[in-house]
Amino acid sequence: MNYRTLWRKSVNAVMFSLTGLATVLTVSVLFFILGYLVWYGGRAINWDFFTKLPKPVGETGGGMANAIVGSVKLLLLATLTGVPIGFMGGVYLAEFGGKTFSFLLRYTTDLLNGVPSIVMGIFAYTMVVLPMKHFSTLAGGLALGVMMIPIAVRSTEEFLRTVPVTLREGALALGACKWKAITTVVIPAAIRGILTGIILDLARVAGETAPLLFTAFNNRFWSPGWNQPTASLPVMIFTYAIAPYEDWHRQAWAAGLVLLGLVLLTNITARVVLARKLSSAAG
Amino acid sequence: MGVTMDPLLVTATAGKDQPEKSRTTHPAKTQAKLRVVDLNFYYGKVQALHAISLDIAANRITALIGPSGCGKSTFLRSLNRMHEMVRHARAEGQILLDNQNALEMEVSQLRRRVGMVFQKSNPFPKSIFDNVAYGLRVNGLKGKGTLREAVERSLVRAALWDEVKDKLHKSAYAISGGQQQRLCIARALAVDPEVLLLDEPCSALDPIATAKIEELLFELKNQCTIVIVTHNMQQAARVADFTGFFLLGELIEFNETGIIFKTPAKKETEDYITGRFG
Amino acid sequence: MASTAVAVGGAPRPGRVRAFLLRLRSGDEIAHLITLIFASAIFLVTVLLVFELYRNSALAREKFGWQFFYSRTWDPVFEQFGALPFIFGTVVTSAVGLLMAVPLGVGAAIFLAEMAPARVSDALTFVIELLAAVPSVIYGLLAIFTLVPLLRTTVQPFLKRTLGFLPLFQGPAYGVGLLAAGLILAIMIVPFIVSISREVLLAVPVEQREAALALGATRWESTWKVVVPYARAGILGSIFLAMARALGETMAVTMVIGNDPKISSSLFAPGYSIAAVIANEFTEATGDLYVHALIELGLVLFILTIVLNGLARLLILATHRKGTAHP
Repeated sequence: MNYRTLWRKSVNAVMFSLTGLATVLTVSVLFFILGYLVWYGGRAINWDFFTKLPKPVGETGGGMANAIVGSVKLLLLATLTGVPIGFMGGVYLAEFGGKTFSFLLRYTTDLLNGVPSIVMGIFAYTMVVLPMKHFSTLAGGLALGVMMIPIAVRSTEEFLRTVPVTLREGALALGACKWKAITTVVIPAAIRGILTGIILDLARVAGETAPLLFTAFNNRFWSPGWNQPTASLPVMIFTYAIAPYEDWHRQAWAAGLVLLGLVLLTNITARVVLARKLSSAAG
Repeated sequence: MGVTMDPLLVTATAGKDQPEKSRTTHPAKTQAKLRVVDLNFYYGKVQALHAISLDIAANRITALIGPSGCGKSTFLRSLNRMHEMVRHARAEGQILLDNQNALEMEVSQLRRRVGMVFQKSNPFPKSIFDNVAYGLRVNGLKGKGTLREAVERSLVRAALWDEVKDKLHKSAYAISGGQQQRLCIARALAVDPEVLLLDEPCSALDPIATAKIEELLFELKNQCTIVIVTHNMQQAARVADFTGFFLLGELIEFNETGIIFKTPAKKETEDYITGRFG
Repeated sequence: MASTAVAVGGAPRPGRVRAFLLRLRSGDEIAHLITLIFASAIFLVTVLLVFELYRNSALAREKFGWQFFYSRTWDPVFEQFGALPFIFGTVVTSAVGLLMAVPLGVGAAIFLAEMAPARVSDALTFVIELLAAVPSVIYGLLAIFTLVPLLRTTVQPFLKRTLGFLPLFQGPAYGVGLLAAGLILAIMIVPFIVSISREVLLAVPVEQREAALALGATRWESTWKVVVPYARAGILGSIFLAMARALGETMAVTMVIGNDPKISSSLFAPGYSIAAVIANEFTEATGDLYVHALIELGLVLFILTIVLNGLARLLILATHRKGTAHP
């Protein structure tokens, strides 16, 4: 009997230690990634990286100024296409939606969220690149924009739902009609959360590479226009990392550090803001 | 009182009642501002109110008391149709506001005339000024000067002006709970409602803040008709001219406050006010 | 007393129409309509996505039919396109990834939900969710320069020495290949499994735990025999979700899988995945048939992930419902 208890107790201890080990392993990956990028990227990063164009193959030096600007342009386009649809869809779900239609819409949104990014690239390719007959910033922006929709919908809906019903009542009791109450009280009360959600969304697509490969493509020079191909940070990292040149690897690390830094910083800030927002809403 | 009214604000309400008459206090029986006739209320299939009929006197304070779940809040909310926010809730019967059927009126119009203050103060996450100006803006009032005047007047009426006049543009969450509730009253008063409904407005407040609000209600009854739901019988006894006792969705007894508390006609009422249950 | 004339409200009026018109005038119906249009745009995008994938793969579907799925030849020069090597590579790498990620992820989720104090658990979960935000190209970058050399110089020789009798661990150690891709996938999908499984586990009612503990079970027994089975559907859902991720993951896999459309019994051998071949060959594809074949691969990937995602969502939903049904 005693022997059995001992056995059970040791199983208990061993299994929980193992799960703890699994946690430590998982968590340490982030520090490994960070450490590596800071070490290699930090040594490679310099002022040129932000201000110069890429040098031709074989020459060392140069930077990724065009890719940084390209990424910004792509994200701008993505925001313009994805956020209005996502935001309004979220408002619909939180404020107007009926039962069945809303369920279908949520489900579709979830499914859209799970579509592999490379497939989104194909979609933008057939929608924009094929008719225009060449790669373009526009196509890349569209691909990223569609990818932004699901999270924009869900975060808008969720944050609108956290607005207490008493605020709606207050507005309606003053003779405001529903849409006035929504636009003047409910949305302003939730706007910080919604914006944070959208920024997180943006951070997510900022690192997407696959949908850009055959939409925005790449460009060694400044992109001459919205309907022309453009470089972007993630695609540059990919191209430089698989190339056989030492100096390109160095720049890939630098770009990786910049990209990861931006993504993580945005994530940390946004999540901290959200946590504070939610706890203040509860209190 | 009628003289001090801003003509701009009265336009929404004018012509529907006789301001001269209703705004002066009559000794005995006053006219009914709101008449409720045979009101039945349902949440889906559950009936929450059974054939309620009562007249709410103009420029008087009417208190509704009863144990929780008795339907007094439901009744109050049906008076300006706040129940329509709840799916499957429906009111049948008649609610007459100056002889106009409130249940068929345009709802925002009705709510402008019948304002409401809620149990938990619910200032909008905006500045104090914008809170009070909200109803005015929604109703199309513009112009900085007019708004400022109206906001000041409402805050004065709600006895809050002196406390907040220096921080009008601060967040409404920066003031105390009692002040927030008075702010909500000011906000409701800004659109100059004919009737003010209060749903347990003091339940979250300390005694001092409660006293302030009760004082305020006395002041206000010269200007509008007040209906207050309370679970605090002393409060009803203190402030109300008329009191109605609700139990299980029925209006058991309705009379002058003095009679209800001293010589109630029904045994249930007596049991309740003497604290034998509830 | 005012006159008691009951002018209004007696006779039933066409109230609904009037109410509708009133709401229309106040703008509520218009606002409803506008948001509805945007919401419908989401359906439209989804439908359009399926339609475009279907339409633009027509040539390949007509020419190869079902043969597309079991032919091993991928020869752009002679325009022979068979998807088997890519399907093989995708399935094998995902399987390897899951094999490693599931125990790790579920274990960590159990630790975070059952063992760690709330504060620690929240902090660690925060870090793990940050991992999910790291772009996949960064995982790829790191894998090329750290994981691949490590595999080539240390891990693969070791496996060969110890388990070399299995066909799985034979052949030259390139570093890049199915094993490398599977490993990087494992690392990438663990965060998804952890964060969703943890949530599902936390949704299990406390009473369940208490009941087991009251009967004298150890913490682990209550966790493993009561809590985990209770949350089984949700955990399975998180695994499906992770699997969908793994199948569709492109960049990191493309960078380390070796990009060779071969089917081989060894995990050391280079391979190719569906997503990787699309990423690599799409821009170079000459001829409509070639492009259509690649898009058909995209369609396959789309259907696979949609089915997995759909199942996963239902499973997770079911567990959460169950959790709230017993308050």
